[in-house]
Amino acid sequence: MISANLSAIFYLISGVLFILALRGLSSPETSRQGNLFGIIGMIIAITVTFLSIGNFSSGLAYIFMFMLLGGAIGAFIAFKIPMTAMPELVAGFHSLVGLAAVFVAISAFINPTAFNLGTPGDIKLASLIEMSIGAAVGAITFSGSVIAFFKLQGVMSGAPITFKGQHLLNAIILISIIVLTYLLCVTQSSNLFWILIGISFLIGFLLIIPIGGADMPVVISMLNSYSGWAAAGIGFTLENTALIITGALVGSSGAILSYIMCKGMNRSFFNVILGGFGATDQLSQKQAKEQRPVKSGNADDAAFLMKNASSVIIVPGYGMAVAQAQHALREMVDTLKKNDIKVSYAIHPVAGRMPGHMNVLLAEANVPYDEVFELEEINNDFANADVAFVIGANDVTNPVAKTDPQSPIYGMPVLDVEKCKSVLFVKRSLSPGYAGIDNDLFYKENTLMLFADAKKMTEDITKNL
Amino acid sequence: MEIDPFIFRLSIFILSIFVGYYVVWSVTPSLHTPLMSVTNAISSVIIVGAIIAALATNVESVFTSSSIFGFLAITLAAINIFGGFLVTQRMLAMYKKKKKDKS
Repeated sequence: MISANLSAIFYLISGVLFILALRGLSSPETSRQGNLFGIIGMIIAITVTFLSIGNFSSGLAYIFMFMLLGGAIGAFIAFKIPMTAMPELVAGFHSLVGLAAVFVAISAFINPTAFNLGTPGDIKLASLIEMSIGAAVGAITFSGSVIAFFKLQGVMSGAPITFKGQHLLNAIILISIIVLTYLLCVTQSSNLFWILIGISFLIGFLLIIPIGGADMPVVISMLNSYSGWAAAGIGFTLENTALIITGALVGSSGAILSYIMCKGMNRSFFNVILGGFGATDQLSQKQAKEQRPVKSGNADDAAFLMKNASSVIIVPGYGMAVAQAQHALREMVDTLKKNDIKVSYAIHPVAGRMPGHMNVLLAEANVPYDEVFELEEINNDFANADVAFVIGANDVTNPVAKTDPQSPIYGMPVLDVEKCKSVLFVKRSLSPGYAGIDNDLFYKENTLMLFADAKKMTEDITKNL
Repeated sequence: MEIDPFIFRLSIFILSIFVGYYVVWSVTPSLHTPLMSVTNAISSVIIVGAIIAALATNVESVFTSSSIFGFLAITLAAINIFGGFLVTQRMLAMYKKKKKDKS
C-alpha cells in the first residue's frame, strides 16, 4: 500500500509520459520511441492502482484473468487487422472506450463508497455531476462509434439517413439530457441515472446516422474527441490526474483532427454534424447535366504516356483502399523509377475514410514516407509535372471547387491536378463522387480516363511499361 | 479560505488541454492515423477506474453488481490498451525512409 500522495505523483508521471507519446508523433523517426513512452505510462498507471488499493483479495485473480482475456483479444485484433480496415478498427476501439467509461460510471454510482464519493443515495454533488457527464458522453461515444463502425464496414449503407424533424428530435433529446442530469442531482434517483444513460445511447445513434460515408474522417475524429472528454469526466469523478490529463489530451487531439478535416472540405463543423450532405438535393443537379465527351484509354496508352514522362505525381484516394491497390501501385512506381522517372505522391487531407488513411496504406506498401507529400507541399509541382495519376480519388481533384461558386464544394482546397500536362484518371465509371457533383476534370482535353478496377489497371500498366 | 481540490484538478485539466493543443498541432499529418490509435490506447487508462471498481468487494463475494461492471470495463479497456498500442507499433514500423542504395 502506498500513500495517496505518492500514487498521485506516479499518476502525474504517467500523464507526462502520455504527453511524450503524442509528442513523438511529430516525426516518424521519434514515433516508435513515443509509443514506448505511452506503454510505460500505462504500465505505471496500472501498477500504481494495484499498489494504492493494497487489497489483494480473491478479486485480484479475476482482474488478471479479465485483463488477459481483453489483452489477448486486443493483441489478436492488432496483428490480424488489414491496414485497409484501420478506420473501422479505430471506430470500434472508440466504442470500447465509451462503453468502459459508462461501466465505470455505473459502478461508481452503485457503489460510491469504494471511490470515496459518499454513500448510495447520498453521493457528493460534484461527483454526481462528473459521473453523469462521463456516463452520458461515454454512452454517446459508444453508440455513435458503433454506427460509424457499421457504416465503414459496409454493414450499414454509407448514405445519410435523414427524416423529417430529425434536428428537432435531437435538440429535444439533448435538452432532456441536461434536465435529467439536473433532476438526478436533486433527487439522487437511480432510475433517472439509467434513463440518462439510455437516452445518451439513443442520441449517439441519432447523431451519426445522418452523416454520409465520406464525412467519416470528421466523425471518427469527433468521436475520438468525445472518448477523451468521457475519460476526463471519469477522471474528475475518481480524482485521478492521469485520467484527467489523458482525457484532456485525447479530447483536444480529436477536436484538432476534426477541425483539420473540416477545413480540408471547406465545411463548417456544424454543416458536417447536421449531416445529409451528398444526399437528395444534389442528385437533381447531377441529372440536369448534359452528356459531354470524354477521352478514354487503356493500360497501353497509360503506359506509353508515363514512359515518356520525366515526372509523375500519384494522387491516391479512397478507391485505392477499396481496390487494395496500394501494393500494385508501388510495383508500378518501382518500374517507373527504374526508367529514371521521378515519382511523388500527393495526399489530400480528407482522402480516404480517416485522417492519414492514405499515408498508412502507402507505408504498408513500403512507399518511403519522404516521397509522400501533403497538399500544400506539392500543389505547386503539378504545373511542372508531366503526368498526374489519379487513382481512386475524385472530389479532391475537382477544379470546380476553384471556379464555380454555385458548387457545393466551392472553396474546398483541391489538388491542382489539371495543371499537369496530362492526367490519367483511374475510375470504374463516370459516376460522380461523394459530393454528388460532376468532376470537370473528366472532360478536359488533357485527361485520359482509364475505366477499370484500380488494382487491375495498375497491374496492366506495369506489364505494359 | 482554502481552495477546493477540485480547482486544482480543473487547473490540470485546462492546462492539459492547452498542452494537447500544441502537441497535436506538431504531429505530422502523415501520422494522423497512428495518432488516433495511440490516443485510443492511452484513453483506456480509464482501466484504473475499472480496477478500483472491481476490487471494491466485500468479504462474501467477488462478484457484486458494482464489481461486475468493473470487470466488464477491465476487459474492454484491456482490449483497447493491447490492441491500441500494438496496432500503433505495427503501423509505425512501416514508416520507413527511402533506402539510400535504391534510388
